[in-house]
Amino acid sequence: MVHKNIICPVCGGSCDDVQIDLDTKNRTIDVQNACKMGNAKFQEVVSNHRLLKPTIRENGKVKEVSWDEALEMAADILVNARRPFFFLGSETSCEAQEVGLHIAEYLGGPADSNATICHGPTVMGIQESGMVGATAGQAKNRADMVVYWGVNALESMPRHMSKYGVFPRGYWTKRGRFDRTMVTVDPRVTPTAIASDLHLQLNPNSDYELLSALFTILNGREPHPSVEEITGIPISVMKQTVEMMKESNYVAIYVGLGVSSSYGKHRNIEIALNLVKELNNYTKCNIGALRGHCNVAGFNQLASYLYGYPFGLDFMKGYPRYNPGETTCVDLLREKDVDAAFVMSADLVNHIPADSAKYLAEIPMVCIDIAPCPTTTASDVVLPGVIDAMECDGTFYRLDNVPVYFEPFTDSPFPETKSNEDTLKQLFAKIKARKEA
Amino acid sequence: MADVILKPTGNFDLTVEAEVVTPDNFAGKTTEEIGKLLVWQGPKEYPLTDFFSVQGNGGNSAEDTTIIVDGDIPRVKRIGQEMTAGRVLIKGSAGMHMGSGMKGGEIIIEGDADSWAGMEMKGGSIHIKGNTKDHLGCAYRGSWKGMSGGRITVDGDAVSQVGGGLTGGEIVIGGSVKHFCGIRINGGLIVVKGNAVRTVGAEMTGGTIVIGGCIERFTPGFEMTGVESDLKFNDIECPGEYKKFTGDYAIPQKGKGTLYVSCENNECL
Ligand code: SF4
Repeated sequence: MVHKNIICPVCGGSCDDVQIDLDTKNRTIDVQNACKMGNAKFQEVVSNHRLLKPTIRENGKVKEVSWDEALEMAADILVNARRPFFFLGSETSCEAQEVGLHIAEYLGGPADSNATICHGPTVMGIQESGMVGATAGQAKNRADMVVYWGVNALESMPRHMSKYGVFPRGYWTKRGRFDRTMVTVDPRVTPTAIASDLHLQLNPNSDYELLSALFTILNGREPHPSVEEITGIPISVMKQTVEMMKESNYVAIYVGLGVSSSYGKHRNIEIALNLVKELNNYTKCNIGALRGHCNVAGFNQLASYLYGYPFGLDFMKGYPRYNPGETTCVDLLREKDVDAAFVMSADLVNHIPADSAKYLAEIPMVCIDIAPCPTTTASDVVLPGVIDAMECDGTFYRLDNVPVYFEPFTDSPFPETKSNEDTLKQLFAKIKARKEA
Repeated sequence: MADVILKPTGNFDLTVEAEVVTPDNFAGKTTEEIGKLLVWQGPKEYPLTDFFSVQGNGGNSAEDTTIIVDGDIPRVKRIGQEMTAGRVLIKGSAGMHMGSGMKGGEIIIEGDADSWAGMEMKGGSIHIKGNTKDHLGCAYRGSWKGMSGGRITVDGDAVSQVGGGLTGGEIVIGGSVKHFCGIRINGGLIVVKGNAVRTVGAEMTGGTIVIGGCIERFTPGFEMTGVESDLKFNDIECPGEYKKFTGDYAIPQKGKGTLYVSCENNECL
C-alpha cells in the first residue's frame, strides 16, 4: 500500500514529503523522495538484522528473555545504582524522551542527549548571546545570500540545499538558485564548497579569528594583519564578504559542527550570533544550525521547557542543574561519576571518546535500539526499539526548531509495546513499584 | 585560631559535593557537630565522617577558623563555596568549584585545582600552588559577569577561559594559558607570566590583560597604541617592555580594554 507525506526519521531536515510503498508479504519497501540516507533507514522496517527479542546478559552469556523479564532486570539495574545516567538519544520522539527525563528526575541521575556530542556548543552559544532565527521556509522565500559555515550540507543533510537552502524557488527568490549567492566556509573542498559561488577555505580551527575579523570590519575597523596568516584568508576577501552580506536583502547562515566543534566551541557560535545581530543593522540576517539527527533539536526544546536547561541536566540534588564539562555525558563517564547507564536510541558507545566508552562498557547498562551495534553488545539488557515515524506516532523538532508531528504507516512488530514511549512508561512503572515498596 | 583537620578516609568512587566545608559553617561547632554536617554523593546525603576523619573544634567565628584538609581530594567539589572569612588549606589537590562565589577569607591549595576555581568570586584570595584547569574565576554558564573582586594566584599553568567575564579583582598566573584568556572581561586585571595560545582578551570591553610570554595567535580586533615599560598595578609588577593594544574592536563601539604584550617575546606583532 502506498503512503504519502511520511516524515523521514533520519537527519534534522525531517523531510515531510516521503512516499513509501510497503509490501508486507514479500517484506520489501519502495521509498520515493527521500535521499540515500533516508532510504537506508526506511529499509530497516523490513531488514533481517532487526532486533526482535529482548536479551539480557547473565554470567557473561547473552540470552533471549521475555519482555517482562527484561524490563524487570532493567528496573533492578537502575534502582540499585547509586547514580544512574540517562542518555536519551535523538532518534526517537519527544514523547519517549519526556518519560526518560522524568525517570532521571525520579532517580536523581544525570540526563543528556546527542546534543552533548554535536551541537551542544551551539546551544550554549545561543544561551550566551541569543539568536536571530528563522524557520526554514522563511529563509527559502527570502534569502538571496546563503552561507554554509563549517558544514557540508550536500552530504550531511542531502536535501537541505534542494528543499530549503539554495535551489527552491521562493516568493522573493523566484528564480531559485539564480537568485541566490552561495558562500561556503570550510577548510575542506567539499561538494558543497564546489557548488558554491565563493569558497573561503580557512585554516582548521581558525573560525573564531575569521568571525572576529569580519566583525571588526563590520564595525569599520581594520583587523590586525596577523589574521591573514592565522586564517589563511586575505583581509581583502574578508572585506568583500562583509560587503556582500551588507548588500544582500536577506542573508541566511547555516552553521555545522565545523564551527561548534572546532577549537573555541561555543565561543565560535557566540561571536557568530553576535555578528548576525549586528548585521541586522544593515540587512536582514538569520542563523541556524544544521542538526544531525531527526530529533536532536527536540531534546533541547523539551528539556528547556520542562527543566530549564537544554542538555546535560543533573537531578542529583532533586532539582535540575546544568554545567557542561561537569554534568555532561562524556565528562561524567571520563570521571567515572556514574555507576549505571540507560541508553535509548543512540549508539553511544560508538560516538564517544574511547576512555568514556570503555567505562560505559564496564558499568551495568540498559539500552533500547533497533539493530545490533557496539552499544547493544556492551549492554546488560537490550530492549528492542520501535521505529518512530514508521511504526508509531509522535513529535520531532526539525532543524529550525519547528515541531513536526509524524504518523506511522505500519504497526509496532511487538505486541508488548506500541512505541519507545510505551516501553519507557512500563519501565517507569516497575521502577516506581520498587522504590515505593 | 582554631584548626579543624579533615583527613580523607572514605570511598570517593563517585564525586562528593561538600559545599558545607567552609569556615562559616564550622565556626562555633564541636568536632562531633562538624562530623555530622551533610555532604552529597550522588542523590544522597551522608555525614562528613563517612568521608573524612575530623579533628579539632571550630573557632568562635569564621575569622578564627582554619580548615586543613590533610591529603588529596581531587574528587571533592565545592569546598569553600560562598565562604566569607577564615582559612582553608588543602595539603594536596582539590576538585572542581573550589571557593566558587567566595566573598572573603583565604584558600590555599598546595597541589592542583580542578576547573571552576573561584567562579564568580567576590572577595578574598585563592592561591593555587600547582596547576589548574578551565574556567578559573569565570562566569557561570550563560552569565556575563565572572569574578568581581579578590585575588587568585596560580603558580603553575591554567588552561582555557581564564577570568571569563571578569568585572573586578585580579588573577595572576605564573605559568601559561591556552584559549580565550580574559574572554569578555570588562574590568579587573589578568596577568599571565607565561605564554597564551590564542584569543587573548576576545570580546573584552574593559579591564587589563598582561601577557609576559608569547601569544601564538593574536586576536584580530586589537590596535596597537604604543609601548610602555615596567608596568605596575598596585603590588603586582611586570618588568620589561610591553606593546600596548586596545580592543576588542570586534565588539561594537567599545574598545576600552587594554592588552599589554611583552615586546621581547612577540616581535612579530
Ligand atoms: S535530507 Fe534528511 S530528512 Fe530528508 S530525506 Fe534525507 S535523511 Fe531524510
